[in-house]
Amino acid sequence: MAIVTPLKTAAEQQLVQQYADSKAELPGGPAVRKLREDAFAGFESKGLPHRRLESWRYTDLRTLLREARPLAGGAAVTAAVKARLDALKLDGLRLVLVDGVFAPELSTLDAIPEGVSVQSLAEALVSPREDLTRILAGPSVGHDDMGLALNTALMRDGVFIEIADGIELEQRIVIVSLASGEEERAVFHRSVVLAGKSTKGTIVEISEAVGNAAQQINGAIVFETGDESEIQHVRIVTCQQAATVEVQSLLATVGAHAKFDSFALICNAGTVRQQHFVRYAGEHTEIGLRGVNLINKAQHSDVTLIVDHEVPNGTSRELFKTIAGGEATGVFQGKVIVRKYAQKTDGGMRSNALLLNDGASMYNKPELEIFADDVVCGHGATVAQIDGDQLFYLMARGLPRPQAEALVLQAFAGEAVEFITDGDVRDLVIGEVESWLKAREAASEVSTV
Amino acid sequence: MLEIRNLVVKIADEDKQILNGLNLTVNDGEVAAIMGPNGSGKSTLSYVIAGKEDYEVLDGEILLNGENVLEMEADARAAAGIFLAFQYPLEIPGVATMTFLKAAMNAQRKARGQDELLTPDFIKQVNAAADKLGIAKDMLRRPLNVGFSGGEKKRMEILQMALLSPSMCILDETDSGLDIDALRIVAEGVNALRDKSRGFLVITHYQRLLDHIVPDTVHVMSKGKIVKTGGKELALELEKSGYAAYGEAA
Repeated sequence: MAIVTPLKTAAEQQLVQQYADSKAELPGGPAVRKLREDAFAGFESKGLPHRRLESWRYTDLRTLLREARPLAGGAAVTAAVKARLDALKLDGLRLVLVDGVFAPELSTLDAIPEGVSVQSLAEALVSPREDLTRILAGPSVGHDDMGLALNTALMRDGVFIEIADGIELEQRIVIVSLASGEEERAVFHRSVVLAGKSTKGTIVEISEAVGNAAQQINGAIVFETGDESEIQHVRIVTCQQAATVEVQSLLATVGAHAKFDSFALICNAGTVRQQHFVRYAGEHTEIGLRGVNLINKAQHSDVTLIVDHEVPNGTSRELFKTIAGGEATGVFQGKVIVRKYAQKTDGGMRSNALLLNDGASMYNKPELEIFADDVVCGHGATVAQIDGDQLFYLMARGLPRPQAEALVLQAFAGEAVEFITDGDVRDLVIGEVESWLKAREAASEVSTV
Repeated sequence: MLEIRNLVVKIADEDKQILNGLNLTVNDGEVAAIMGPNGSGKSTLSYVIAGKEDYEVLDGEILLNGENVLEMEADARAAAGIFLAFQYPLEIPGVATMTFLKAAMNAQRKARGQDELLTPDFIKQVNAAADKLGIAKDMLRRPLNVGFSGGEKKRMEILQMALLSPSMCILDETDSGLDIDALRIVAEGVNALRDKSRGFLVITHYQRLLDHIVPDTVHVMSKGKIVKTGGKELALELEKSGYAAYGEAA
């Protein structure tokens, strides 16, 4: 029997109204419109995800979104947005989204190399290409997720990047997504990266807010990477307002003999739900999902992932590190599925958390669903406090407690960061981690567990 | 000079009392050895001097050059000149050995009001000290103590001791886990640091270490107290007769 949950919260009713009001002007031809309709019908039957759903148990979006903010209508290119872009040090092909809308005038489109094409998602959605809805739908996992369904229904813009077969990017691609934050708004954006056969490159996403108003952000990025490709994705979420709620979905379908690595840093953010839905489209492929979550005060970070081994000989590695202070809450839910024919799968999943004081909490839920009989799969999840013996050792050499703690914490996070192969990006991430730790040190917060 | 007066210590969260009114003095330039059976409180004594928090001091005082260190945190004691070479040095994954050494040296310099070391000077000092202890450059590039053998870890302790130049060195069973060659290298490293301004407290089970680091004084510890004090010949005597005479089985 299907359970129909009536849409009863104010936010749910507002979302219904917003969709009704905006669907005529949201970009897309008939096929895209159908995709939106189906997704929204799913949402109407299920509502916002809530704690009674296993996959949303620790991040109750229905409670968190009391009211749905008005949809952001366009890019508000303020002086603060420009100043932030000027201050951003990372080189590369820069593609800028402001309030979820592609801003070509702020992007470095003259730097697009040969073999790479870039258009806005809004343009792509009205293009006649036949495979568009298949690409947008992403892998078969995650389709029942209502966070993602809302994004599908309401996605307005983003970037659509195609990298032709055999192209090795000399410069990284940096997608900067800024919330102008003048007013409280809801932003629905989606980007797509199609990387052909034997491509190589690094895609960086930076998500920040420059204004003072909290945002409701629902973003997605779709990767479809070809055989023998090596794509690295790094996402940095920082500088958000405490009341900002962000749901971000990563959808990846990875070809044979390929490598795909995704790393996410969440620090100084509000409430972030980062979900990964990943599928192997070919054998002998290595996928790595890693991340560092630095949370404090009342911040909340939720990393939820599904890795679907549908074919044999796949390797997957997941490593997430959470450091939680204040009243912060960390969540890790990882599910690795190994289907019946996915023999010789090699899977390793780990989530480690350090709680810095009594008020902080962590929920770890690693799961393996294995139907094949010749596999090597393991998982580990730990929640601990800073090792007192390590701390004493460092202090006995003269390091003051905050500095000793920072060193231990940096090393703890560093284990996941070191997999970022692009040196400048790795340094940027390390810099963010260091400044988070320094801010803690400056506030003389030391662990009290 | 280190003076310990009537030190009474228990484990913080338990009723178990480990040190029962211990008195001990180590003068500048003196090498004092403490011998005693398992469980007599030797390692506890070293931890309490260095400032580990798992213990509660119920009575007594520990004076370094006349100043009571009991109110100081471990880092302040280190800056004041106390160095503990650990029996089991901790592995700190993710912290490069060189980063750690520089942080430690600069933290102590800062606490003493000195300028930070310039990187070339720092590297020069480390390389010179590492050479003397047969520490390969590769070891300095690895994360601190991670994957080091027992002998490598102990040599790393002595390297830190040489670089931090403390006035009071405590060696907690530095001979444990060492083969003869490693023992000799470590002992030579310690002997090179012997100086009229520096005291040593060498904690060991066995006389063997004291063949290489010849002590001025030997103390026997039993049930949380010093029960006998003598010269280096006392260590030889103990090696023959064991600790039975002091009320404990070896």
